[in-house]
Amino acid sequence: MAEALIELRDLVFRWPGPAGVCLDIPEFSVAAGEQVFLHGESGGGKSTLLNLLAGVLVPASGRLRVLGHDLPALGAAARDRFRVDHVGLIFQQFNLIPYLSVLDNVLLPTRFSKRRRERAGDARASAATLLGHLDLPENLWRRDATQLSVGQQQRVAAARALIGRPELVIADEPTSALDAARQAAFLDLLGRECAAAGATLLFVSHDQRLAAHFGRRVAMADINRVTMATA
Amino acid sequence: MTHLLPLALRSAWNRRYSLGLTLLAIVLSVTLLLGIERMREAARTGFGQAVSGTDLIVGARSSPIQLVLYAVFRMGEATQNMSWASVEKLAAHPGVAWSIPISLGDSHLGYPVVGTTPDYFEHFRHGDRRPLAFAEGRPFAGLFDAVLGAEVAERLGYRLGDRVTLSHGMGGFAGAEHDDKPFTVVGILARTGTPVDRGVHIGLEAMEAIHLDWQGGAPVPGFSIPPELVAKFDLKPKAVTALLLGLHSRAGVFAMQRAIADNPDEALMAVLPGVALAQLWETLAVVERALLAISALVVAVGFAGLVAVVLAGLGERRRELAILRANGARPRDVFALLALEGCAVTIAGALLGTLALSGLTLAVGPWIEAHYGLALALALPTAAELRLLGLVVAAGTLVSLVPGWRAYRMSLADGLTPRV
Repeated sequence: MAEALIELRDLVFRWPGPAGVCLDIPEFSVAAGEQVFLHGESGGGKSTLLNLLAGVLVPASGRLRVLGHDLPALGAAARDRFRVDHVGLIFQQFNLIPYLSVLDNVLLPTRFSKRRRERAGDARASAATLLGHLDLPENLWRRDATQLSVGQQQRVAAARALIGRPELVIADEPTSALDAARQAAFLDLLGRECAAAGATLLFVSHDQRLAAHFGRRVAMADINRVTMATA
Repeated sequence: MTHLLPLALRSAWNRRYSLGLTLLAIVLSVTLLLGIERMREAARTGFGQAVSGTDLIVGARSSPIQLVLYAVFRMGEATQNMSWASVEKLAAHPGVAWSIPISLGDSHLGYPVVGTTPDYFEHFRHGDRRPLAFAEGRPFAGLFDAVLGAEVAERLGYRLGDRVTLSHGMGGFAGAEHDDKPFTVVGILARTGTPVDRGVHIGLEAMEAIHLDWQGGAPVPGFSIPPELVAKFDLKPKAVTALLLGLHSRAGVFAMQRAIADNPDEALMAVLPGVALAQLWETLAVVERALLAISALVVAVGFAGLVAVVLAGLGERRRELAILRANGARPRDVFALLALEGCAVTIAGALLGTLALSGLTLAVGPWIEAHYGLALALALPTAAELRLLGLVVAAGTLVSLVPGWRAYRMSLADGLTPRV
């Protein structure tokens, strides 16, 4: 088996101050191409874990390897570069820059990352393909992002996370602002596109009902030794 | 940097109203700064051009600055006069092209009375060698004729044919009026923006005539000579305050100056107006510095506005910056984005301020010159002004680093999820 895409061992993270230890994960790994549903209550350290994987935060101790990069060993600038080159992010809401058009929002990572730009080939064509696959008709592309419905905005965010084929897509509660029917549709589209792009998907949510769409389900409580009572 | 530019532009356009206000504050600051600087230059030039074409100012021996103060600016009082004999001797000197005697001491409602000869209207020059012009009327000819400077006529509302009475000294003493011998306004001069505008000009003989029945600064009690009889007296002046000289050749000016200083008959002094005016201006240096300090403060206030607006807007931009960060913007990109904006706004402010000043100069320059004698020329910025503008841009870029730094810290602390 190839090296795991995400590899955590004996990872400890503390917030400064009396809150103390927030994450203590003995072992967690994700293989390349997997689509993982990470479930946990709010306050359970999900967001902290995502920030660690994206290289925004650094653990106090332990092993944290993503795509073979030893993130804690990298400097802040190198972690920034790692993130934009290899990770696509989708958040719960407010994903889009209001003054940019849909197309420009999708192209944003290619502005900052040479690798994403090169991997996208013709960036505009690639963005158009993604938007098309995500059911966003062409007449919307030139509009300001804020003119779209919330569901459309989330699909734009998905297209942006996928452009330039990053190896890892992290989605943090991207469907919580959608109704049930649209949630299912969004998850199908996202799963299909990640598979098509060969991206590994880490999907984080507190909503158990979404778990059915994923091959692998992980509960935050199972991997994190710090319980919510102490966190 | 190039990948940031389109983003910076779009973002700025999105906040165009608040940015516009900031820009306006900077434009106004820069306009004011440059405007004051131009006024200062114009004042200095105007000051130096209160008299021109006059090669020497001659008076009784005292300090050169004092002589210029009363001969050119009609301020202060001459402690000593020069004799009419010396005036006639100098006027007859072969090197002298023209001479204008000036006799001061009386006033009209606070405006100085200048006793002189009709040569004054012909030879006196101001500004860029401009001669005096009559707005209305003509030079004095009759004994009790008066020619008013533009400001005197305008402020006091005199027209041709009006009668004016003069006061002895600078006025304010009861009974020290020459009200028995009123003057008739026969001419009003065009505005010059120099002390000439404040003068009430009469003939030297008239100056003698109104003082015939005076002694020691007061009318002689029980003795009065009515105006119709004064012509019977000898009205030849005995002394004047100063004499303006124009020479045939400027090259002779130093020789002439020495000759006057060595005059054996009377202790005289000759002053080069330019030199004395420059000395006099130096005494006003503190005013100049005060003006510059004021404009520096204005610019500082403009920048305080810039920082305040950008810092206040930072809260709103927190989400935008977090999104950028999640999509690959590094903290230093965020910093650059804000610093770039501040720098651009400052540069635009400096340019627009310069343009605005040019527009203002075109629009109200002639009016200012007519009313205050400040000649504001439409000109490209001078080296000194460019230095000032450079300072403004440098300072503006520096202060825009403050919000940039704040955004940098914030984007580090927020990570990918803004705490809005």
